[in-house]
This record gives sequence, C-alpha cells and structure tokens, in this order.
Amino acid sequence: MGSGNFETTIGLEVHVEMQTNSKLLSPSPVHYGDEPNENTNVIDWGYPGVLPVANRGAIEFGMRVALALHADISPFIRWDRKNYVYPDNPKSYQTTQSATPLGKNGYLDVTLPDGSTKRVRIHELHVEEDAGKNTHGSDGYSYVDLNRQGTPLIEIVSEPDMHSPEEAYAYLEQLRQVILFTGVSEAKMQEGQMRADVNVSIRPFGSDEYGTRVEMKNINSFNYVRNALAYEEKRQAAAVRAGEPIVQETRRYDEPSKSTISMRVKEVADDYRYFPEPDLAPIEISQEWIDKVAAELPKSAKERQEYYVNELGIEPYDAEVLTQTLAMANFYDQTVADGADPKRAANYLIGDVNAYLNKTQAELQETKLTPEHLAGMIKLIEDGTISTKQAKKVFEAILEGEEPEAYAKANGLVQISDPAVLQPWVDEVLDANPQSIEDFKGGKDRAVGYLVGQLMKKSKGQANPTVLNQLLMAALKQR
Amino acid sequence: MTFNFFDHDLAALHQGLKDGQFTAQELVQGSLDNIAKTNDQLQSFLNTNPDLALEQAKAVDEDGNFAHPLAGIPLGLKDNIATKGLPTTAASKILEGFKPVYDATVVDKLRDQGAISVGKTNMDEFAMGGSTESSHYQKTTNAWDSSKVPGGSSGGSGAAVAAGQVPFALGSDTGGSIRQPAAFNGIVGMKPTYGRVSRFGLFAMASSLDQIGPFTRKVQDNATVLNALAGFDPKDSTSAEVEVPDFTANLGKDIKGLKVAVPKEYFSEGIEDGVAKTVRAGIEQLKALGATVDEVSLPHTKYGVAAYYILMSSEASSNLQRYDGIRYGFRAPDAKTLEEVYVKTRSEGFGDEVKRRIMLGTFSLSAGAYDAFFKKAAQIRTLMIQDFNQVFENYDLIVGPTTPTVAYGLGTEIDDPKAMYLGDVLTIPVNLAGLPGLSINAGFVDGLPVGMQLIGKAFDEATVYQAAYAFEQATRLFEKKPAIADEY
Repeated sequence: MGSGNFETTIGLEVHVEMQTNSKLLSPSPVHYGDEPNENTNVIDWGYPGVLPVANRGAIEFGMRVALALHADISPFIRWDRKNYVYPDNPKSYQTTQSATPLGKNGYLDVTLPDGSTKRVRIHELHVEEDAGKNTHGSDGYSYVDLNRQGTPLIEIVSEPDMHSPEEAYAYLEQLRQVILFTGVSEAKMQEGQMRADVNVSIRPFGSDEYGTRVEMKNINSFNYVRNALAYEEKRQAAAVRAGEPIVQETRRYDEPSKSTISMRVKEVADDYRYFPEPDLAPIEISQEWIDKVAAELPKSAKERQEYYVNELGIEPYDAEVLTQTLAMANFYDQTVADGADPKRAANYLIGDVNAYLNKTQAELQETKLTPEHLAGMIKLIEDGTISTKQAKKVFEAILEGEEPEAYAKANGLVQISDPAVLQPWVDEVLDANPQSIEDFKGGKDRAVGYLVGQLMKKSKGQANPTVLNQLLMAALKQR
Repeated sequence: MTFNFFDHDLAALHQGLKDGQFTAQELVQGSLDNIAKTNDQLQSFLNTNPDLALEQAKAVDEDGNFAHPLAGIPLGLKDNIATKGLPTTAASKILEGFKPVYDATVVDKLRDQGAISVGKTNMDEFAMGGSTESSHYQKTTNAWDSSKVPGGSSGGSGAAVAAGQVPFALGSDTGGSIRQPAAFNGIVGMKPTYGRVSRFGLFAMASSLDQIGPFTRKVQDNATVLNALAGFDPKDSTSAEVEVPDFTANLGKDIKGLKVAVPKEYFSEGIEDGVAKTVRAGIEQLKALGATVDEVSLPHTKYGVAAYYILMSSEASSNLQRYDGIRYGFRAPDAKTLEEVYVKTRSEGFGDEVKRRIMLGTFSLSAGAYDAFFKKAAQIRTLMIQDFNQVFENYDLIVGPTTPTVAYGLGTEIDDPKAMYLGDVLTIPVNLAGLPGLSINAGFVDGLPVGMQLIGKAFDEATVYQAAYAFEQATRLFEKKPAIADEY
C-alpha cells in the first residue's frame, strides 16, 4: 500500500495506563476522575529527600501484556532516568526502562479487513511512569494536577511493519483487545488510558532506505490515527514529487481539518540524558515468576471465540460480541459454568443485557446482575418453571440483584405444570364449551386457540403452555 | 544546670537520666545553653528549635522510660535531613524557609527512641564542598581554631560535637562529608556501609553514594547511635535487608591477630608529612595492640577523584533538577514565563559550587559525552570495588589517613575547586565501593587534629568499631579538649 509510487512505513508506540491499585513508585492510589491532586503524596510531588519504591504488581501487569504479545521477558530489569523539565513532571525525570526493557521480540497477528493475517513485530515493551496533567485556565494561570503522575504505563513499541492507515488502525484495535483481555487496563481512549505515538515515512517502492520520518504524539483515537496517517502519506508524497525535502519534525493531528500541522522542527535530537536510576534496586525476574504470571493470564479473546464457536455452538458473530470486553466474556464464561444453556446465555447477554447497559450507560461490573442469577433464571426457563414471558419480569428483578427462583415464587411467576392441577381446569373448560369441541372435530383448529385462551385466563396466565396443550389435545381426542 | 559533654559520654548521660541525677529537660536546656554560648563563634547551628525540643524532653521525663540508651539525649541534625514542620534547607537559598511535611526515617527512628533534636547544623550547600563554606547562610569555624575550616560538608555537625554543643549529631557522607569534618575536628565520624541506614528524607546529592551516619566524641557513643539508625526501610529500596548486629558487642575485645592492610597509595604524594607521621604512629599503635600490619596496593586509587566527580555530579545534576521554583522553596520574584521561572530561580537560588557540579554532571550524561565520561567512570568504579575485594580476601581492615592535610584556613581553598576536590582523595574510594569507613583522631599537628581512617568490609562496621575502640582506649586522645569547651 502507499500513495502512488511510494510505500508508506508506519511504526507505533502505544502507551497504556495499567490499573494497578497503587502507583508505580509510590503508595498513592491509581484512580481516574478525582479532585485534582487528591491521589498524591510527597513522592508524587517530587519533594526533596523522598525515594521511590517499585510496585511489583506493575511489573506483573507489564509481564501479562508482554506474554500476551509473545515477547521474551528480560531476566533482569534496571530502571533508568529520562531527564526533562516540565511542570507536570515534578522530579524532572521520568522513571523508565531504556536499557533493559521488560519484554523484547514479540508480535501481534493482525486480521486485516480483507480477512488476511499480518504479523506486526513488537520491538520491545517497557514499564514506565505517566506524567501529571497541565491545564491552562481562562484566568491566565496554568494548573498542575499530579493525580496521573506515577500511574504505571506499559509502552508497546512496534517495528515499522505497517504500510497503510488501515493496517495501523487494525493493529491498534486488535492490540487494544489483547490488552483488555490481559485484565491490566480497560484502555478507555476517551480517558487517555491508551495513546499512540505515530511515526510515518514514505519511500519509493524498492528502496532500501526509509524516508525521513515524521512523528505525531499522544493521539487518543484510532480514527484520528487513521486520518492523520492518510493525510501524511499524501502530504509527504506530494512534497517528494514537488522536490521538497521531508523534514524530521513533530506534527499534530487537527481533527476539524483532518490534517496535520507542524509543531516544531527537530534541529537536534532531544537529549534526555538517560542513566541508571540509582534510587531503585534492579529487579530480577525468575522463570518461576514468569510461569506464575503466565498461569494467571486470562485467556485471550481469540481463544475464547474459538471455544465458543467450536465447543458451545455459538455463532461466530455472537462470539465476537461476547468478547468485546473482558468483563462480558468473563461474565459469559461464569454464567455457562453456573449451568446455563450456552446459547440462551449468549442471547440474553447480547440482547437484553447489552440493551440494558446501553440504556443505563452502565458497565456490566457496575450492575447488580450476577452470572449466578442469570444462570439461575435460564435454568428456570429450561426446566419449565417459568415461561419466557414470565422471564421478562424475572430478568428485570435480577438486574436489581434479586435471586431469580425466590423472586418468581414470591411474585406468582411460577408456571403451573402439574397435570393434577391442570386436568380439572381442562375438563371444566371443555364441559363449558361444547361448541368448540364440535368446531375442533369439524376441523377448525382455531377452536384450540380459543380453548387455550380460556384455560390461560383460568390459570391467571400461570399454566405451562406445553403441558396444557398436551392435556387439552388428549382430552379433545377423548370427547 | 550546666552540661559539659566532655565529662559525660552517652553512657554517662544515659545513666544520669536513669538515676534521676538530671532530667531530659535539664539536659536539653543544657545543650541549648551551650549552643547559645558558643554559636556566635562556631556558627555550627543554623537554627535551634527550643520549644519543640523542651516539649519532647518533658514528654520523655513524664513517660520516665529511659530503657533506650538515647532516650532524653539531645542531638543535632545536618540541614539536609527532613524534619517535619522545621526548616530544612540543605543550606541553600533555593530552599530558604522550606519546611518539609514529613520526617526522614532516621528522624522517626531517633524520636521513637526518645532522642531529641535541638536544631539543624550548617553544611556545604546541598552537601557539595569540603569546608562548609559553600553554605548560603553562614561560615562555620573549626572547633580547635576559629581561623580554620571545620571541614565539610557536614562541618556544622562535626564542629558542634567537637565543641561540646551536643553529645552527638548526624551527618551525611557522599565522598567524605562525615569522615573529613570528623578528622578536622578530632572526633569520631562513621560512614556506614551503603544500604545500612535509610536515606528516606535525606536531600539527595548522589543517590548511589550518600549515607547518613553519626558524629560522636567517642567510639562507644558512635556504635550506640548507629544501633539506633541502622536497618532496612521499606521506603528505601536501596537499604539492605541484612541483619543488624549490636555494634557495641565487640567493644573491649582485643585486636590480637586482626589483619590490617595499609595501602601504599594512601601515603603517596600530596599527603602532608605531619599527617603521614601521625597516622603511621597510629598504625604502630594498632600493631602494639596485637594487629598484624602489611602494606598492600589499591592500584586504581588515583582515578578515584575523577571517577567520583563525574558519577556524583551526574546523579546530582538529575537529583537537583527538581528545584525549579514551581512547588516549593525559592522562586525568582520577577520571573514572568515558565522558562524564566526555571532559569532565574536556579540562577539566583543555587551557589557557584552547586552550579559547577550541575554543569559537570549534565555534560557527563549528555549524548556525546556519556560513553567517555559517565560510562568510563562507572567502569573505574567497578575496578576500584575489585581492588577492595581483593584486599579484603586476606585482611580484616584497611587503615590510612582520612585526609591529606589538617584543617586549612577559612577562605583559602573555596575558590580553588580542584584543590578542594583532591582533599577527598582518601575518602572517595570508600563511597564508590559502598564500604563502611570511620575517622578517629590519631593525634595533633600544630594543635590541629589528624584523622585516621578505618575501612571495613561491607556490613562489618562491628570490626571497624572494635579496632577503633581498642585504639581510642589505648591513646585516650578524647581527653584533650578544645579551648572553646572552657566556655561552659
């Protein structure tokens, strides 16, 4: 792919915030959306004399992502300081892993829109800390919020293996799904939990050397990445055709114009003066530790989809819907494990549950619905205790945390399936409607519908229609 | 009540408190009185906190629990050790008026054991210097001669203990900043093994080299204080999870058969004759006490100063970059833009020596210089560690002078940084190798003390103290008082 006679080369550096309980280097909580500077302490402020302590949980989360991307885990990690001065960076250095990244040589097999698979190699993955946030107020002051400062990030650096905006888009989408299913992050783009730095260059097809690359940082929408790349490959091709040099620079994507705008030209490379972080002891990663993390790693979306389709008989499209979030897939797995019919469970989650989540704008894990209750309701349907119509009311109740069987009983939502109860009603209705019997015998089937209607009225809608039908037909034949 | 700490070591003060001869309040007041009498001349304390100290002393008295040997004992803290609500400035203008919101781990530990800090001692700005003259605030004088420097960077703590203002004080040592002022003031100063004492709350100069340690007049006092300071701290991941022995346990045991190595490089050119002779006599004394003494070689010693100044300044340039005028401390009043806040605050807030080291370190880490400077220096550090390891395969202790000279005149070296740096030649290798090193008075040249340095294996402070104690008891040099002590 490319523009005209040029091949586009794209490499992506993706940052994902990992949702550990505490920050990478301090005991402050990691939590989005709180009052500015609420989740901070002296360590996050970069106070004189404070020292960092590395959060091993963040290393484990990083290992999960590295393992999910088939990377080799470094047996020995040393931390490095990346020095730069900015108000959102209170220590004036970022703690990162430049010399000894946590993972190396991974890959992601990306399914492209045409159905083919492309392997994008992962150069390395490293754990580092996020910066705080600066905002510029309308009062002329700038404000610094350090809540985000120190949130552990995993940075995933791809090789320049992508050659079109669509490939980059597919990579990002599928990378996000892999990350979601490691359980380390919800990777919410709108909250900045996943951001991409994009490097793009073009070169004539067949050329051995890459063209001069342009960098775009911190794009937090996959569509923006795609649009920015589409614009860049055209812009760069036009420049080369016009005989203008491509300058090495940082550009910014502008959504209104769907174009990119030059921010600064790099005359000299930034000098971050990396050196080993002397305040942190190096970390050794044993094979036992890797094995433990690998054993705890949740199954990927792809693995689950295959299982749903091949073992549970779920339609491929439904399997994809069930694996859009880890929470949904886990919920589904547990519902099936609790004894629900897999197809019925899938239908409920994809249909009624998703509709409810959309309506209430809630996350599945925030609701009172549990897999146990959903499975319980489905079992009541399967064994005829409740009808699908009654199930609608039970479903509304289990959304509020009610236990399905107890709720159904307490609210008269249990079907009457006992022939000893139903038979006298059948006899009474037939005795009262001799005309209908005649009609039936004369071949008018709609007489049956009328009789059923009478019987349902008598049972206040609680009669099990299947059993009722059997009894009615048997009785009719005897008259 | 008047306290002349020359007549009372820590054990005696502890006994006096236990026996009710005096109260902690009287003791703390006595220390504050001593400071009031001599600080005009000595300038060792930057400030005192009498109200808080007396309040704490009262609490200790009311509690009446003097089980811990430091309960009720006053002390001084170097001004780069964080004290909650009390000024902690590292003697820099950039932290003028700065009051931390937390206590350093060593401060927590001492207070838990009932020890009472009476104030903060002067130092070279951010511990950068060997004479305490780079302090933004005042110039401390030597306890033995007010025309001489007290050494540095912990010059305030060294002079305060030597002059009997407090029975003990804490300092920090990155390249000799405890041992050199201990030597210049004729007292005992210990830089423990790297990792022995938590650095949490110590305003970092060079993180891989800094250690906190005690100044005392006598060896037993020093071991008692280190007992209180040592141990793993979950807040400092470079503190060591190793057993902490009782450092006083070996005191009084003889040193017969102790294998002492004397590096020939420690007596090479640049070492004053008087210093060399005094320390050689000290080594003879160790021999007389039963130690065996051999000359050895630490061949990479000559590269130590160069390697140290690159590694230390590199780390310092990064550690000190946080002082930007944004969140705390001094901010240039007329700065209008972010760039100006940074540039003006740091230009006006830091002194010459700090700027010199920030520039040296920034250069050493820069892309074009890293391999030739930082990396090469780190390699030299490894070679120096190997030198020490080889000697310690066959020896228990390394002994030599602490400093090439005795205390020099105020103002004579402050404008000659290279001369000042070379004064650290004998102490720097110990920091680079992370070993414990202690300076003890070995005698006098022209009325000025000469320090002898005892270097131990990593985490073997106990043997260092054992030998130092044997030497001290044989020579009893601590009985000699500086004239300033007559004030009390």
